[in-house]
Amino acid sequence: MTLSTAKVGFVKSKVLAVQDFTLLLVVSIRRVITPPRYIIDTLLQMDVIGVGSLPIVLLTGFFTGGVLALQTYRTLSTFGEVSILGQVVALSVVRELGPVLTALMVAGRVSSGIASEIGSMLVSEQIDAMRAFGTDPIRKLVLPRLIATISTLPVLTILSDFCGILGGFFISYYTVRLTSEQYWTSVYQTLTIQDVVQGLLKPFFFAFILSLVGCYYGLNTKGGTEGVGRSTTQSMVAASVLILVLDFFITKFLIAIHFF
Amino acid sequence: MDKPPVIELREVSLTSEEKPVLSRISFRVEQGETLFLLGVTGAGKSVLLKLVLGLIKPASGQVLVEGRDLTPLSEDELDQIRRRMGIVFQEGALFDSLSVYENVAYRLREEGLRREEEIERRVREVLRFVEMEEAIDKMPSELSGGMRRRVAIARAIISQPQIMLYDSPTAGLDPVTSHTITMQIAKLRDVQHVTSLVVTHRLQDAFVLANYVYIEQRTALVPWRSLNNGSPPPVIRFLLLREGEAYFQGTAQDLAATHDDYLLKFLE
Repeated sequence: MTLSTAKVGFVKSKVLAVQDFTLLLVVSIRRVITPPRYIIDTLLQMDVIGVGSLPIVLLTGFFTGGVLALQTYRTLSTFGEVSILGQVVALSVVRELGPVLTALMVAGRVSSGIASEIGSMLVSEQIDAMRAFGTDPIRKLVLPRLIATISTLPVLTILSDFCGILGGFFISYYTVRLTSEQYWTSVYQTLTIQDVVQGLLKPFFFAFILSLVGCYYGLNTKGGTEGVGRSTTQSMVAASVLILVLDFFITKFLIAIHFF
Repeated sequence: MDKPPVIELREVSLTSEEKPVLSRISFRVEQGETLFLLGVTGAGKSVLLKLVLGLIKPASGQVLVEGRDLTPLSEDELDQIRRRMGIVFQEGALFDSLSVYENVAYRLREEGLRREEEIERRVREVLRFVEMEEAIDKMPSELSGGMRRRVAIARAIISQPQIMLYDSPTAGLDPVTSHTITMQIAKLRDVQHVTSLVVTHRLQDAFVLANYVYIEQRTALVPWRSLNNGSPPPVIRFLLLREGEAYFQGTAQDLAATHDDYLLKFLE
């Protein structure tokens, strides 16, 4: 095989992957609005994805807020503006760090978990068995995970944001020696509805990426158990990269339409 | 008007990543017959089962089940045809997160049955048929290979399908367990008169099914020649695939009488 043939093959495979992923997205959205619906499976996935991700999301938020406060304090103190530390932490966490880091943590846990679970089912012919018994794998496997992620990721983001602001408060109070009134007043006065909406809009789109990337890699697993391992890793990497790319474009779009 | 064959493939070809998997395969399986698909690993046997189920579509040719061509059908239309079929996958393909009870009940729930008493009655009935009732609350990970196959058979037959597909049902099992599974296949053939398509490497299972019948009163296999009641022999035919092509089609007698070097090597 020549280098140019290999390059063409590589490009073709990527274009095909984008096509297949888009088809999965469209088919999933269409099937949300028609029965049958697997309510119990959806609730179970909300428990696995939402409740199961709580510890890691809360810890991430708390320590992110804390280290942000530590690093920002050093810069602000050179300008004598330490009193706005709460403002800086709140804006950074709510607009950007909360949604993105929450999504990245959940991607590491959930996308890879979904890819691994569905990939294992594929290689052990459980998905063929589902189809043989009249079950649509998209409705049974993909939709519950998609709906669960869409409904829980914004909630996780809110909790992570709060823990981030709380982490910033601990540093502000115990290290910087701001009073709690100074910190929480600046947090409260700074945050606008646009900041909050932006911070919750992003998780909605990230949720599509997280769940569908995991499902896509799971449903396209090839090569037995080794393939399952590959799908698990690739889904996490792809979901993480896509979240960062999507975050950039969402932010750029919101700035362009003068949202804030 | 003659009834159409239960399963018929007409000049079916299939490729995968531009390599031929199946090439112009044609065969028919009549009501009550058992067709054994033989061949080495990679010959295309399991792919044929998936074509018959409509899980994959051929590149060319037709796949007919009870006279209906599957190739232009939508997934919903295929589901209606799949209700008449049961399949036992190679490793059982039980759903890992469901108990034996839920695995066997799966199909009934998908078909809309809601009454739990009726579901339980039917689940217990088929588990008794495959002698696995005591494992009803176990998880698949707690079962041996043979037990998983038997539960898979129970799951496949709970809707009383008239067509059964088996993918290497005795692969990797010890002789005693293989005999148990073979007996279950014979039981379905002789008691419920299902039409069967069996993928296997193990010719000995095929010859057992060709020469023995299941007698319900004795709960055992007996040589059909010993019956002396004028009943016809079981109708068993073989299709041997070689590199995706039909190399041999015929009865057990045809196979036993062959002088072909490749077939003789296969029979060794």
